[in-house]
Amino acid sequence: MKKKEVVFIACILAVAGAIWLGFRISGTQSHNSIRITVDGKEFGTYSLSQDQVIHIGDTNVCEIKNGKVRMIEATCPDQYCIHQKAVDNHGGSIICLPNKVVIEGENIAGSDDNTPQIDAVT
Amino acid sequence: MKQKTAYLGLFSAVAIIFGYVESLIPVFAGIPGIKLGLANLAVLFILERYSLKEAALVSAVRILVIGFLFGNLFSILYSLAGAALSLSVMTLLKKHTDFSILGISVAGGVSHNIGQLIIAMMVVSNTSLMVYAPALLVSGVVTGLVIGALTSETVKRLPDNLLPG
Repeated sequence: MKKKEVVFIACILAVAGAIWLGFRISGTQSHNSIRITVDGKEFGTYSLSQDQVIHIGDTNVCEIKNGKVRMIEATCPDQYCIHQKAVDNHGGSIICLPNKVVIEGENIAGSDDNTPQIDAVT
Repeated sequence: MKQKTAYLGLFSAVAIIFGYVESLIPVFAGIPGIKLGLANLAVLFILERYSLKEAALVSAVRILVIGFLFGNLFSILYSLAGAALSLSVMTLLKKHTDFSILGISVAGGVSHNIGQLIIAMMVVSNTSLMVYAPALLVSGVVTGLVIGALTSETVKRLPDNLLPG
């Protein structure tokens, strides 16, 4: 392998490291809620402290339990989202590509927040 | 000419078998898109011995056949995007730099993953998928090195006159 190629590979790894570090730093803030997005449109935000089962449209079902959310049902053929790491107060995301569903950690400061918080009980 | 068609058919078959072998290996770490890319061995070999045109043909045949056999329409879409970007990048590097097969393969693996990530971000219209970028970049480098090493050994061992232009 030539020196140029080693430098090229090192650059790719450096970019990967930089992005990872960026997510690491921004991920240290604690999350108290999750936001669910379907096809780029917001479906709703839910508090992580309240245990509940959320039906996302008629394609996916996720469950909030003990401050963690995981996908428990999906109609997609590959079922990757079921096996993805649970989203907890450290953030992260669960993504179901075929159904275009994204669950991500979010921080909602309080009632004066502009983001509409949907009450899941009603 | 007839011989070339036969060889391209042969390599498409090899690529399809590689794809099948790969579909038996479970996905790593729950991140869709991370796989060895064994089929790229055949494509890279063709690119090395022939040109972009032949490699693109074999690649397209492979993706469509594997997609309909073991995947779904989504996996075809992702694979096509990845392959298109990867083939373009590899061709550019082959023409304009003196990169060895190893370097070209790494560039191909990484750009394949980037292409898939871009399509995935467009599909869900959400940039939070960028979380996967580091894992996809690193896996692109690792699989690119493995496939590149395998391809250069294959090129060395097969006689030059195996694939007459």
